[in-house]
Amino acid sequence: MSREIIHQTAAEMSAELASGNVTAVELANAHFDRISAVDGDIHAFLHLDREGALAQAASVDASRKAGEKVNPLAGVPLALKDVLTQKGVPTTCGSKMLEGWRPPYDSTVVTNLKKAGVVILGKTNMDEFAMGSSTENSAYGTTRNPWDLSRIPGGSGGGSSAALAGFEAPLAIGTDTGGSIRQPAAVTGTVGVKPTYGSVSRYGLVAFSSSLDQAGPCARTVLDTAMLHEVIAGYDPKDSTSINAPVGKMVEAAKKLDVKGMKIGVVKELAGDGYQAGVTTRFNGALEALLSAGAEIVEVSAPSFEYALAAYYLIAPSEASSNLARFDSMRYGIRIGDDGSRSAEEVMKMTREVGFGKEVKRRIILGTYALSSGYYDAYYGSAQKVRTLIKRDYEAAFAKVDVLVSPTCPTTAFKIGEKSDDPVAMYLNDVCTIPVNLAGIGGMSLPCGLAPEDGLPVGFQIMSPAMKDELMYQVGGTLEAALQSSWGQPLYASAPTLAVK
Amino acid sequence: MAAISREEVAHLARLSRIEMTDAELDHLASEMGLILDSVSKVQAVADQDIPPTSHAIAMQNVMRPDVVVPSLTNEETLSGAPAREEDRFKVPQILGEE
Repeated sequence: MSREIIHQTAAEMSAELASGNVTAVELANAHFDRISAVDGDIHAFLHLDREGALAQAASVDASRKAGEKVNPLAGVPLALKDVLTQKGVPTTCGSKMLEGWRPPYDSTVVTNLKKAGVVILGKTNMDEFAMGSSTENSAYGTTRNPWDLSRIPGGSGGGSSAALAGFEAPLAIGTDTGGSIRQPAAVTGTVGVKPTYGSVSRYGLVAFSSSLDQAGPCARTVLDTAMLHEVIAGYDPKDSTSINAPVGKMVEAAKKLDVKGMKIGVVKELAGDGYQAGVTTRFNGALEALLSAGAEIVEVSAPSFEYALAAYYLIAPSEASSNLARFDSMRYGIRIGDDGSRSAEEVMKMTREVGFGKEVKRRIILGTYALSSGYYDAYYGSAQKVRTLIKRDYEAAFAKVDVLVSPTCPTTAFKIGEKSDDPVAMYLNDVCTIPVNLAGIGGMSLPCGLAPEDGLPVGFQIMSPAMKDELMYQVGGTLEAALQSSWGQPLYASAPTLAVK
Repeated sequence: MAAISREEVAHLARLSRIEMTDAELDHLASEMGLILDSVSKVQAVADQDIPPTSHAIAMQNVMRPDVVVPSLTNEETLSGAPAREEDRFKVPQILGEE
């Protein structure tokens, strides 16, 4: 791979910008050129905001030229998942329901990005309303994995992960309700972090399952992810679940490169049958690297994780059935069948029939069922009890170890279409990531190699106690450095070269 | 297998305000049975005395000071309206003719 500016890490781009070797406008244009060249095949982006991005870049260049102090990421481009509002820029959530909608306000994540001078290139594809593990549920077509165009880029944030792996952006924002940041990161050989619940504001994040949804940073390296984390995290009075505490020092942690004396727990239940051989091989290789770096590795049991997937697929649809009631065709979004003869209720039903895709309807119906009288205690009530058990498993584990680890997903990227007609098989893909959301703790996925049998990236998951997200960065940064020195280059550098158009 | 009838799905669709064709109802009824089977595991804990968790990180009575802060203008609020009349959202009739 001949190394161009788009192949640099965000930290390297930041240094180039600071030294004046490149301007933010040049950097944005280099990425728009790359997008024009490869996104016809990848389809990571749903919308590009050239005008807004170049205006932001020019303003950052002017600030730097005037000698003003700017954030290290000022002028670095970013791809934004289409579930976060950006004023005046189309926000669809991958749904027909919001086709053409331009939000009148910025999400807090976007406000923070703009304040830091980050250049938002455009909005990325996703499973409709973040429900899915493949982006096949987008109303606007499937995104393709840059490692193999016949395979999924993960989901729901497959547009963001594919943009990173395809060098269309060095930074991206994802959201993670059951794994939608970490699973896409795993299958594309990139890094994604689901921060502690409440540490990044949900204001302007279109809600799927409010008690689980969490926005987070994505990039190609642990350090870049840490830099972005510090930009987007922080207390926000506009989100009543926002935690009022200082943001941890993620960048410092990512640079420590030291795990001597740290205790790392391997979750016994997240292994074994159903895990692809190459996933297990690469996971074990990463454990050895951590051991060599001086960490202590112990096995930890989390017996209630067995129930996590089932609890999640009751809690998330239940909350979704309530949250998605807002799409009533009255105040925003599309409206179908309003010919003067029909009642508001009829119009609402027709709009929701047309506006929602198959998976969204499936989950609304499931959630409505789980919350209905007669079934509430058996389903939703039980799921909430399971949630307590999972929290207790984590509390017991974190009393013994600093962080927990597992594979991020049981397999590498599957083929487009392989699981789209089998919702239960699709749901199984999230088995390792879901417990983190139910307990509200932090989770990171970083690449730990290519599976020998298919040559596709494998993800390594690190879980840290609530409000100790810096521990993931410390362990992740150390592991990344150890693996890269054994490979001789970062994993993303070995991605196949994309056809350029 | 947990059975869920087509009529039950039709009822849930009505509650959810989603119009569905007969074919959709049939398909969803068979899928719902499979999905409910796969999540019925949680019922193993139904009889146990465990406090439920609704939010992982519990907070209570989150308040803000009772002061006026800037909000969206009428124009911004109505900017995405499917239909409007002056400064209002225009909606289809809510009450029946009879």
